[in-house]
Amino acid sequence: MAEKTTLRKEFTKGLLVENPVLRLVLGTCPTLAISTSMTNSIGMGISAMIVLVCSNIAISMLRRVIPSKVRIPAYIVVIASFVTIVQMLVKAFVPALDSALGVYLPLIVVNCIILGRAEAFAGKNSVAASAVDGIGMGIGFTAALLCMATIREFFGNGTLFSGADSLLNLFGITSFTGIEIFSRLPESLHIEPILILILAPGGFFTFGLLMAVSNKIAEGKGKPKAELRGCDSCPMSGSCSLIARDEAGDCAEKQPAQATANTTGGDA
Amino acid sequence: MSDERLLTASASPHIKSPATTSRIMLDVIIALIPSLVAGVLIFGPRVLAVTGVTVGFCVLSEYLSRRAMKRSNTLGDLSAVVTGVILAFNLPSTIPLWMAAFGSVIAIVVVKQMFGGIGQNFVNPALLARIVLMVSFPAEMLSGWANAFAWRNDNIDALSAATPLAALGDGAKELPTLFQMFFARPGCIGEACAFALILGGLYLTVRGVVIPVIPFFFVGTVAVFMLIYGAATQENALTFTLYQLLGGGLLLGAIFMATDYATSPLSIKGKIIFAVGCGLITSVIRVFGNMTEGVSFSIILMNILVPHIDRLTAPTPFGVVKEKKSGKKKEGAEAAAEKEAAKA
Repeated sequence: MAEKTTLRKEFTKGLLVENPVLRLVLGTCPTLAISTSMTNSIGMGISAMIVLVCSNIAISMLRRVIPSKVRIPAYIVVIASFVTIVQMLVKAFVPALDSALGVYLPLIVVNCIILGRAEAFAGKNSVAASAVDGIGMGIGFTAALLCMATIREFFGNGTLFSGADSLLNLFGITSFTGIEIFSRLPESLHIEPILILILAPGGFFTFGLLMAVSNKIAEGKGKPKAELRGCDSCPMSGSCSLIARDEAGDCAEKQPAQATANTTGGDA
Repeated sequence: MSDERLLTASASPHIKSPATTSRIMLDVIIALIPSLVAGVLIFGPRVLAVTGVTVGFCVLSEYLSRRAMKRSNTLGDLSAVVTGVILAFNLPSTIPLWMAAFGSVIAIVVVKQMFGGIGQNFVNPALLARIVLMVSFPAEMLSGWANAFAWRNDNIDALSAATPLAALGDGAKELPTLFQMFFARPGCIGEACAFALILGGLYLTVRGVVIPVIPFFFVGTVAVFMLIYGAATQENALTFTLYQLLGGGLLLGAIFMATDYATSPLSIKGKIIFAVGCGLITSVIRVFGNMTEGVSFSIILMNILVPHIDRLTAPTPFGVVKEKKSGKKKEGAEAAAEKEAAKA
């Protein structure tokens, strides 16, 4: 029974409270780049989720075998293998999605969410928990992408699910190619799509708005805000000379144990 | 009574200025009126509709966003009205009204209130709204300019014109005369009449609202740059320079937008650096970029640099001895590096 509740907790935390994109602020690059269209974001979300679940399981199984000093290269090799497999599958079965995602599909290798979960969770937990964590985080990532893409595609392009046939082809459906909305409005209500939303600045803007909303919801559940707290969010914080020197400073205070552990591990 | 007041010792500040935010903003509005009148005369009554929509939506979104954020009502300082008028000045008179309304909401809610309200905006709200509109609706913002006085004729479509800067870039098209350039030419609502803009600028200077350092150096930098560039490439460098100075949004930007208190440097030295930077970026975009106009981008870019300019040009308080540069700091850094080396 206890096992079951913790598994459920591992699953649900990824959806909102520890949503990888909106709360942990990981995987920002593919989020901003891909979320211009709902079809692409679903494709990206599912690809990343498959890689995440598989790599979480594999790394969790190997966690006693991998020496801790070379764990990052080992994780990368595992993740890269799964990304290669996924990329080949996408190329073979959904070629239109492959060309739409472009370089961001192979870039899943260095996606912070996947490496972050391997490092923070799969390397320390059981196989079942890691798999469930991967599914939860993957759904959270897909949901956040889809939220952003809905806003950006609707206002920026005036459509929903445009180009959906590239995904639905997989199931033999070719008739549904998305919903045109703005172009169907009557002449008196005619409005142009707001182009800036599908460009980079609109991506950042939508991202900020969604983060604010998710912060508000999480605040209601008594969780701290997701914000860039000095050195916490910096991946180099473990080996940063500024932290070591500025021992009385804010950053060193917050995570002294981790900082010293990482410095000794890295420098030795 | 007055003697008594002289004897009362109160805490500082002892010197008070009668200038309040609302009085300054009222002065700016008064200074904008000649250009608004000129805009209505040149482009017709639609100008009033556009200005009405931008001002109305700016005031409305200021009120609603302050309320939603549970902050005090700041409509009384008139800054939202000024933003509205300046935004309207940055739009073509033919723009669909809902786009003008959208721009107003962006200016007030996103640029101003989300960053903390008046005095906290990191760039000029009206200018950023203009850029958002320009990127979002390039067709409506950058083509189909109404020609000056075209609204009096029935067949308006035949009388749309390229802006002088675009015509200057093409070379083949006919240019307005310099007289037309100074008083009435196609373009955005507020930039069509240079005379009215200069009149407004003079009023602001006389009232002491702005020190004309930024406009002078901004326009001056563009003039010098264009004279040199014109001498190298054009037949008549002087005419070319005059067209560059009177064309586009240079005067509107230099007089009313680059001088915004919240987004321009505090010291005179800082203002000069800011204005020269604006002028250089404007000239480079106009001459070498693929856009005809660069005033809005140059002001926004320099707005972002203002905190750094302020830090670099902070005046030293009276009596402070300047620290020698190659002293303690370097030693400190070296010591830290040694400490690091020892650790590893």
